Amino acid sequence: MIHHRDAFLNNVAKQLGRSRNTTVKPERNWQFRPQDKTLTNKTPDELMTIFRDQCRLIHTELIETTGEKLADVLEATVNLYGGGPISLWDDPRYTEFGLASLIDETWPSRRVDVHKWDAEQGKENIARAEQANVGITFSDMTLAESGTVVLFSSTGKGRTVSLLPKQYIAIIPKSTIVPRMTQAAQEISRRVQAGETIPSCINFVTGPSNSADIEMNLVVGVHGPVKAAYIVVEDR
Amino acid sequence: MAMKIGEGKFKDNVNKNMEDTFMRGAVAGAQERLRTRRLDAAEELGNWEEWRSHGEEIRQHVLNNLDYYLHELTENIQKRGGHVFFAETADEANAYVREVVNSKNGKKILKAKSMVTEEIGLNQMLEEEGCEVIETDLGEYILQLDEHDPPSHIVTPALHKNKEQIRDVFTEKLDYKLTEKPEELALHAREKLRQEFLTADIGITGCNFAIAESGSVGLVTNEGNAGLVTDLPKTQITVMGMERIVPTFEEFEVLVGLLTRSAVGQKLTSYITALTGPRMDGEADGPEEFHLVIVDNGRSGILGTEFQSVLQCIRCAACINVCPVYRHIGGHSYNSIYPGPIGAVLTPLLGGYDDFKDLPYASTLCAACTDACPVKIPLHELLHKHRQVIVEREGRAPISEKLAMKAFGLGAASNPMYAAGSKMASAMMKPFTKNDRISSGPGPLKAWTEIREFPAPNKERFRDWFKEHEKGGGGQ
Repeated sequence: MIHHRDAFLNNVAKQLGRSRNTTVKPERNWQFRPQDKTLTNKTPDELMTIFRDQCRLIHTELIETTGEKLADVLEATVNLYGGGPISLWDDPRYTEFGLASLIDETWPSRRVDVHKWDAEQGKENIARAEQANVGITFSDMTLAESGTVVLFSSTGKGRTVSLLPKQYIAIIPKSTIVPRMTQAAQEISRRVQAGETIPSCINFVTGPSNSADIEMNLVVGVHGPVKAAYIVVEDR
Repeated sequence: MAMKIGEGKFKDNVNKNMEDTFMRGAVAGAQERLRTRRLDAAEELGNWEEWRSHGEEIRQHVLNNLDYYLHELTENIQKRGGHVFFAETADEANAYVREVVNSKNGKKILKAKSMVTEEIGLNQMLEEEGCEVIETDLGEYILQLDEHDPPSHIVTPALHKNKEQIRDVFTEKLDYKLTEKPEELALHAREKLRQEFLTADIGITGCNFAIAESGSVGLVTNEGNAGLVTDLPKTQITVMGMERIVPTFEEFEVLVGLLTRSAVGQKLTSYITALTGPRMDGEADGPEEFHLVIVDNGRSGILGTEFQSVLQCIRCAACINVCPVYRHIGGHSYNSIYPGPIGAVLTPLLGGYDDFKDLPYASTLCAACTDACPVKIPLHELLHKHRQVIVEREGRAPISEKLAMKAFGLGAASNPMYAAGSKMASAMMKPFTKNDRISSGPGPLKAWTEIREFPAPNKERFRDWFKEHEKGGGGQ
């Protein structure tokens, strides 16, 4: 339902001194496009260096590893954070990246509580994420400049897995790293223009939550996770 | 709390706040840090001027095509199953929110920081309806606990409070037993608010930028509170000022980058979230219902006028963080939720000259604000325009200015009067002069010299000096 739109937009047009336009798409002839030349000439290795440096600034631990070692590294990182309970997405990438035996066998055999997002369970997912000590997701796109992981929500990919657990780990396939938010925005816009349905929530997450509201002192860990780690894995 | 946050006269507010040494120290320190961080963030990006120019052209384009983009935005929201209400006034916006809240039998309402909901007095209305309204931004939460102390800055609203004061508020209101360490205070707020998030009926947010092409609303936070406010309650209501919109994700990215760098010197803040409609079929978190309220409340009256560029504002507070006047008088002196240079321009436009005609004079016209603005709003020129309007169209120049102008008019009207007056000036001011400076002047000079010195009139008049000079004399 849309209420009161006509009168409202008629008034806007009147103030602008013309008749209402809701049909002819305005041309965007930008005189300036600084984003086209910001970090666009960097090699993948240079982007990795930028990303690494940025992680230090955002209080996020960065671990680089290979496909073979990923399961061990993830297990060790979870242990460092104090173990389970663990909250996960329902995402085929865990299996593609060789994590199935850790998730389905090793952790359960060690009585580590693992909850995989299951939309059928409704609100129970939120309760489990809230109790989790560690939330683990993959990154859908990764921004080198700002140290950001971009998360697309979907049925299996609950929004709160990255937000409610006390600590957060993002697994970053190296191929998802792009220079900056420009490239992510262009890709999302391309999908919109192609008529695709974009996710109900696209979250650009940059390190743990923080606040400077008390005397401008930085406090890391407010409503979201108090700690965050990124694991970058070679995938090409 | 609506836009107006005090009844005191501007001058009285200034006098009172100038005595608040903690506040003045806190403001000066915060300004310094935020200004430095912004400059560093601009520096590392390189070609900052080009980014500013791009930000400016995007904002101007949107304002000039606002009807098209609002139409496109709302069509797309409808396609994704969301509801939209266009509100011309604060009352209409509040009435719609009330209707939604009541239809959901909403009792506990969580809010993420939003200036426009402050502007329309939404919390007050909801509380009168018997709802419990909880602000979740840490700064806003502190102010709310402290008997609704008004915000003094649009990005860090509790800037005027020190940690000891905050500890005392927590002790009194939250049964807090720990120290004034910010980490301990923040952790306590986290635990308290976490329970509220899980049991809230309705989440209300503002909107940093809506994205027309997809029908999305973009939210920018560091704490992650906007995420929880929109992920957990069954109903999400987002309230946006009608000008806070961009055509596509590409412009969204540009403006978000300008905002986070200019506001806090970060490349991006910890959470930037683009939300499109309610949760989709089969999703287990996110709201089941989504409502967008688009608010005019005086903005359309600015479109098409000499003040239109003020609507380019992206609420980053960079202008506030460089303003020498704000530095001394603090945010509360402005009597408005919008303080500093942006407030001094915007508040009289939204709230009228009756209550806010002093604000355009709360400026030295030094133009630091204009230089800092990431979307190139000519703030000091707009302040000057306000003064012109106040004097020429409204005929309400400040009384002292009227008297001074009248006296100058008389004195300058005839040659002999002017010559006599300017010859006498030095002698007349002699009793007030020390080392060529006047630090406690009489009459119209008093207000000036209370705050700063005034140079004493030169003993030799310019005209006399010039005559000597032309003759080849040694006048200096």
